[in-house]
Amino acid sequence: MILSRRTSGNVLTKSTREAIARIALTSLTLAVLALFLIPMVYGMTTAVKTDSQIAKTGAPWWPARERTFEYEGKAYDVYLVPIDGEIRELALYRPGRQSSLFIDPENPAAGPFEWQGQWRQLERVWQLDIQWGNFTRAWNTINFPNLLRNTLMYAGITTFGAVLSAALVAYGFARFRIPGKNILFMIMLSTVILPGAVTLIPTYFVFLQIGWVGTWLPLIVPAFFSWGTNVFLLRQFFLSIPRDLEEAAQIDGASPLRIFFSIILPMSRPALTAVALFHFFWAWNDFFGPLIYLAGHPDKFPITVGLTAFNNLYSQSTNLIQAASLISAVIPIVVFFFAQRIFLEGVVITNIEK
Amino acid sequence: MAPLPELSSVLRSRTTATQRRKLSKLEKKEIRWGLFFISPWIIGFLLFYLLPMLASFGFSLYDFNPAVPDQARFVGFANWQRALFQDAEVWLSLRRTLHFAAISLPISLLFALFLAILLNSEHVLGKSVYRTLFYMPTMIPLVATVLIWNGVLNEQTGWINVIIERLTGIRATGTQGLRWLADPNLVYYAYTMFGLWGVGNAMIIFLAGLQGVPTELYEAAQIDGANWFQRLIFITIPLITPVIFYQLVLGVIGSLQYFLAPFVLNGGTGFPEGMTRFFMVYFYKQSFSFFSMGYGATLAWLMLIIAMIITVVLFGTSRFWVFYAGEER
Repeated sequence: MILSRRTSGNVLTKSTREAIARIALTSLTLAVLALFLIPMVYGMTTAVKTDSQIAKTGAPWWPARERTFEYEGKAYDVYLVPIDGEIRELALYRPGRQSSLFIDPENPAAGPFEWQGQWRQLERVWQLDIQWGNFTRAWNTINFPNLLRNTLMYAGITTFGAVLSAALVAYGFARFRIPGKNILFMIMLSTVILPGAVTLIPTYFVFLQIGWVGTWLPLIVPAFFSWGTNVFLLRQFFLSIPRDLEEAAQIDGASPLRIFFSIILPMSRPALTAVALFHFFWAWNDFFGPLIYLAGHPDKFPITVGLTAFNNLYSQSTNLIQAASLISAVIPIVVFFFAQRIFLEGVVITNIEK
Repeated sequence: MAPLPELSSVLRSRTTATQRRKLSKLEKKEIRWGLFFISPWIIGFLLFYLLPMLASFGFSLYDFNPAVPDQARFVGFANWQRALFQDAEVWLSLRRTLHFAAISLPISLLFALFLAILLNSEHVLGKSVYRTLFYMPTMIPLVATVLIWNGVLNEQTGWINVIIERLTGIRATGTQGLRWLADPNLVYYAYTMFGLWGVGNAMIIFLAGLQGVPTELYEAAQIDGANWFQRLIFITIPLITPVIFYQLVLGVIGSLQYFLAPFVLNGGTGFPEGMTRFFMVYFYKQSFSFFSMGYGATLAWLMLIIAMIITVVLFGTSRFWVFYAGEER
């Protein structure tokens, strides 16, 4: 029965069927991708619109301004005017209730002529107008250099601390016999899914008592004590390094610390880079910690919190909000395009093999 | 005859004892070095996890405002009583959180799986380009993602409504249209859409899972005449259930802590109609707006207990649907 179905299904040759599948699935993927990225296109388009276009209903979807026509030193608005069954672009010279005077921009020498009808019901003519200056305006209004400096400092310092401490701990877990090591390792992995709220209040209180609330210290210092996911990724990598080199160095009398710094770390550059990038963009994205510990200190805000404050103040300026959002996304996206292999492989290691 | 075995056993025990002593010197050294290397984690675990967790429980027994720590008052289990039996908002916010998770998690997991299956198909051309582009929005800071979507879902000018209106002719814009972020029936779907821009990691993980399925299985199934849908349901899905399970656990725990989008969009007011006052938002309000940190600590512990219950339940159900090849679980 199976055999008969297979032969009857073979009306189309194998290569034709494959070609059809290829076209169908590739176009499906393209369609999904287009839908998926619509907000991105929306953001970019809106970011370069003029303020007046944002406020107007019936404006086109692309960045544009209303066309005007200069006549004898004065600017007149251009409308779409139906005349004799065709629609012409004419400048409104003198508006009137029942009839108005118009000028043809293509033939201004002919002078104003009369049109019967209510000009208020006419539609404006729009012309392409890309306000690249919105990015500069957003950059300055939000004080982006300051936000960027804060974010870079936070992400940079914590990345250094997180990578160094995770590497030390991962090496300890990968190479040394420690009593109860497996239990300790399980505890470490379970802290990854521990809801952060449950440790937050006493930690906040202690930081408040020692005067650290309102500074970056509560956000930076804990990063130097290693995080579970980073340790896990590095341990997996260390376990894959053969022990020969370390044993040779040990016989030569090198201490474990020396072996760690001069053999293990140089050999682990790909894994260290992955952890560093992950941590860097985790910090770039971090919101809750800075929100709580830096509340009331706008000069210390990172991009995420600064962007939120900006949105609350300028919620009407959709174009500037979109511009600022896009600015904040540029660096992560550019780095991702250059280092995507590291990202994608790192995601797999930290998640699949647990 | 009796002393002999005794002697030999003494001898034997002596040799093992010396061996052990020799080994234990090396071992001790190794343990010391090992502890040295993992000490950052041990210190960090004690300082930033274990002690705060225990202290958090201690705090939950106090009425306590950090601005006036001297006025802290021991109240026993009054906070717990309030959270469990008196404060309706606790259960309401928890119900909202679970309601939102029940909508957003299946949609995002299915979308991630759908993308992974597409990108794993031999028939799709230019797969690595698609993979990059589908992953890209994951890199955008979540705050920016929320603001971009906030624009595109705007009921009047947002493109989603404009496109729906142009394509279907149904009036989607305006106050009578689809008010994504203001309609209590739609807001969870809107929030789910923001979440889809973070689909990248789940997609990559599913993709790796799919690539780990042995090809012999597909070949065998093909010989037996199974079509692609049967292969998907009977081979692919069962073999990647461990990955789905892992994503599910992480997703549920993540949803319990869902905070950013409602906070960025409406400052945690719960707009519309309290629908977005999720558990974490309520925790934040109590702890960092009203500064009633004793009660906040109670809510945090409650969250931990709920997370643990959900995890245990999920692990309990995993016996019935998660497939572990060659492993006894």
